[in-house]
Amino acid sequence: MNGRKTFGGGGGGGRGRSGATGQQGKEGGQRRPMFRRRKVCKFCSDKIDDINYKDTKLLMPFVPERAKILPRRISGTCALHQRKLRTAIMRARQLALIPYTSE
Amino acid sequence: MKRKYELVYVISPDATDEQVTDLHAQVDAIVQRMGGQIEKTDTWGRRKLAYEIGRHKEGIYVLEVILGGGDLLKEIDRRLKVTDLIIRHLVVRVDEEQAVVERTRARRTGTSRRRRVARGLPADRQPGEGQREPDDDRDDRFDMPAEEMR
Repeated sequence: MNGRKTFGGGGGGGRGRSGATGQQGKEGGQRRPMFRRRKVCKFCSDKIDDINYKDTKLLMPFVPERAKILPRRISGTCALHQRKLRTAIMRARQLALIPYTSE
Repeated sequence: MKRKYELVYVISPDATDEQVTDLHAQVDAIVQRMGGQIEKTDTWGRRKLAYEIGRHKEGIYVLEVILGGGDLLKEIDRRLKVTDLIIRHLVVRVDEEQAVVERTRARRTGTSRRRRVARGLPADRQPGEGQREPDDDRDDRFDMPAEEMR
């Protein structure tokens, strides 16, 4: 990217040199869309049909440190499975398998 | 009408083994009396609680799968509520959910078998088929090349 600009710019090249380094970082950040790995619903991809409240091992990744339920926008879980996950977590909480809060 | 319920109760950790079996006998007696049936009993044993209940830090968990009507479970619920030794309990109806799970599972295996046959493969997955290298597991389609990341 840097190479093309200095060669193509002709007249503007002189100006570009000093200014470009600062500008380029910003420009690059705007132009390149942030690449994130596409999030996939864990339960769909692993074909887990029943989300059971007794299966703490399955549920624990969805209740991080503060023991709040991990939102869908972060975990990538699909709506159907998030709903099932929620009931499972709430049941597990009643039985003190999973904390309501930590501290 | 027979419905399937799961009952989990947490007994205070001070309880002796006799008291645990006694509680199970009590539940069993109610179930028998009201024409139900215990399908399965599973004692998970002593577990640490995720939070303190009263002054208890651990509890003895028992799971019972019960076939019976709603009034039976209502009675059990009432009895467990007044039992001091039980610090927490939960009754969940499971038969409908299980039916849904079985249906989706059956549908999925059905479609996969049909597709496999259409592709000229044996209907069931062969052992070791479609295995990848253990470190080949990541999806790198959306990753940036290493030098562009910097």
